[in-house]
Amino acid sequence: MSRVATLQQLFKRYKRPADLVFAVIFLLLSLALLSQIGEQTVWKSRTQLFSQPAFWPGVSLIAMTVFAFLHWVSSVLSPKINGRWEEVGFWLRSIEFVIWFMVYVALVPVLGYLPSSIIFATTLAYRMGYRGTRSIFLAIVTAFFIVLIFKSFLQVRVPGGMIYEILPSQLRSFMLTYF
Amino acid sequence: MDILFAGILLLARWDVLAALLIGSIGGVIIGAIPGVGAAVAIAILLPATFSLDPIVGLTVLLGIYGSSMYGGAIPAILINTPGTAVNALTTYDGYPMTQKRQAHRAVSLAYSASFFGGVFGIISLILLSPLLALVAPHFGSREIFLAALMGIILVVLAHRGQIFAAGMLASFGIFLNTIGLESIKYTKRFTFDMSWLSSGINLIVVVLGLFAISQALLLLTNKEDAPKIESIKGNLFSGLKELFQHKRVASIASTFGVLMGMIPGVGEFTAQFLSYTYAQKTSKKPELFGKGSPEGLISAEAANNAVPAAAMIPLLALGIPGEALTAMMLSVFYIHNVIPGPQLFQNQLDFVYALYIAMLLLNVIVLIFLLSSTKILIKVIEIPTRFLGIIILLLSFVGVYSLNNSITDCAIATFFGFFGMILKRLNLPVVPIILGMVLGNIMENKLRSAMAKVKSPLDFIDRPIAAILFTLIIVILILHIRTIIIEHRKRKPDPDHDLHDTQTR
Repeated sequence: MSRVATLQQLFKRYKRPADLVFAVIFLLLSLALLSQIGEQTVWKSRTQLFSQPAFWPGVSLIAMTVFAFLHWVSSVLSPKINGRWEEVGFWLRSIEFVIWFMVYVALVPVLGYLPSSIIFATTLAYRMGYRGTRSIFLAIVTAFFIVLIFKSFLQVRVPGGMIYEILPSQLRSFMLTYF
Repeated sequence: MDILFAGILLLARWDVLAALLIGSIGGVIIGAIPGVGAAVAIAILLPATFSLDPIVGLTVLLGIYGSSMYGGAIPAILINTPGTAVNALTTYDGYPMTQKRQAHRAVSLAYSASFFGGVFGIISLILLSPLLALVAPHFGSREIFLAALMGIILVVLAHRGQIFAAGMLASFGIFLNTIGLESIKYTKRFTFDMSWLSSGINLIVVVLGLFAISQALLLLTNKEDAPKIESIKGNLFSGLKELFQHKRVASIASTFGVLMGMIPGVGEFTAQFLSYTYAQKTSKKPELFGKGSPEGLISAEAANNAVPAAAMIPLLALGIPGEALTAMMLSVFYIHNVIPGPQLFQNQLDFVYALYIAMLLLNVIVLIFLLSSTKILIKVIEIPTRFLGIIILLLSFVGVYSLNNSITDCAIATFFGFFGMILKRLNLPVVPIILGMVLGNIMENKLRSAMAKVKSPLDFIDRPIAAILFTLIIVILILHIRTIIIEHRKRKPDPDHDLHDTQTR
């Protein structure tokens, strides 16, 4: 890390590759949302301006569009930083883990919280290169303890899995309450 | 005095004490791991605290908030990687000390300075309380609106070099808060006729996505990293003695911490910078700064640890959070129907005192824990980063899903996780979105009720506090423009730094 000499420098953030890609997408999003303001909000008659339902969405979207435009302009005018598409590649690669997470979310109501968590932790650990017995065991222990702390101890609301229905009645109620 | 005892009584319960212990020790451990910080931990734990008593839930979160910076100093000193963003300045003098085989001295000094700063901040808060109780009731709708507006402006202006981006993200936050059915005229706003948007976008879902899931995506997609650290030997109490020799630097640094912590949107970075510069200018050995100066280390650590207590001032007295962590805490207050603001000081002063005492206790617990367990704690820093990513995803799930058992919430959180990951990669700030959502809500409600009472726009600032706040906003804007003009004239090229790359952990 280089040394920072002034307060202004301390707060200064520097651009990274692919800033322009983001600037363009955000500007388009702002414009698209702003164009919908008439459709998606209501202007009531005989109501003060500041009480209008459309007032704050309007103010925020106008500000968002103006700032997004300025950000885009500053991005265009800045010297190009190499590695733009590699960076976009990094973003796209992370989608794999978005899918992993959503599969985990979908599994919980079916298989139950504890089994899904253990399956998720071990398979993802295997995928990430932790393939030794010790690593897989650690993944199982981690998942188990997280379930134990949140569901068994803190009693957070996570419903039991459909699969619990086939368990014998005493074990079923135990699993429904604690795991 | 009676109120103080009532506050102590509120805390004298096994569950509160357990929360204090778990929060403070958990905070140190989380702070010590590079890759997760207090923001990730608080985001994950928020939903779990909803089922607890307000004082229990808040104690856990305060514990994490107040203690993470203690832990963050360890990797900053030992491996030149700050555990939390605000420990970045600690690397300047801490790591050179490690290179000179003085790691033990540096860690011990950092703990002592952190303790000094933490306690100094809380004592200032306690001393300021009577004044706050006096001033806070004079804050009506228009004053709170102006204070929230000032908070938004300061947050945007604080992101130098990326002000346009910070502005658009803060506006995006304000916009997100308006989605759904509004509560005055009962009209739909930007729901696109989809039922899942009618109830709006939940702040906690966004927070979990932007802070926790984004961090997991980053860690999982990045290359594996598992730092190796050598153990430190010796008695860690020696730092307390050395700190005493530098009490002037520690006191001034803590004062900067308190002053900057009170102003929404400013916080640790400015406090550290001002105190570091002060310490260097007044030091007998200024040439040592950046090369292993104990004074530099003390000024950085004392300043950042004084901030959390001070940041509670605008939150408790006015209900206005100044940064992401207090914004998250605000949601815990609301869930439990404890509304921070002027009434809190009038009606629930015992609760406020209980929070102060809890903060004081947590600093003592953390210091004792660190002085006795640093060697074990070092092992935690060595968790491989991708494994950490898996743990964060497991925890994020329980955080989001337990809110409403909704798969839609999980999908929204994942979307914001992806969005937050891109922002972090681009070195763009995440915090303005959260503050936009929270302060946007405050501004909308307060402006509406304030405007109902004023006839002409000038009436809006006819009360002293409103006039002061309005003047301050104008002065801040003028000063900012002046700085830009001066900088533009100088056109001095300055070095790129990655200080903010870790800011949102």
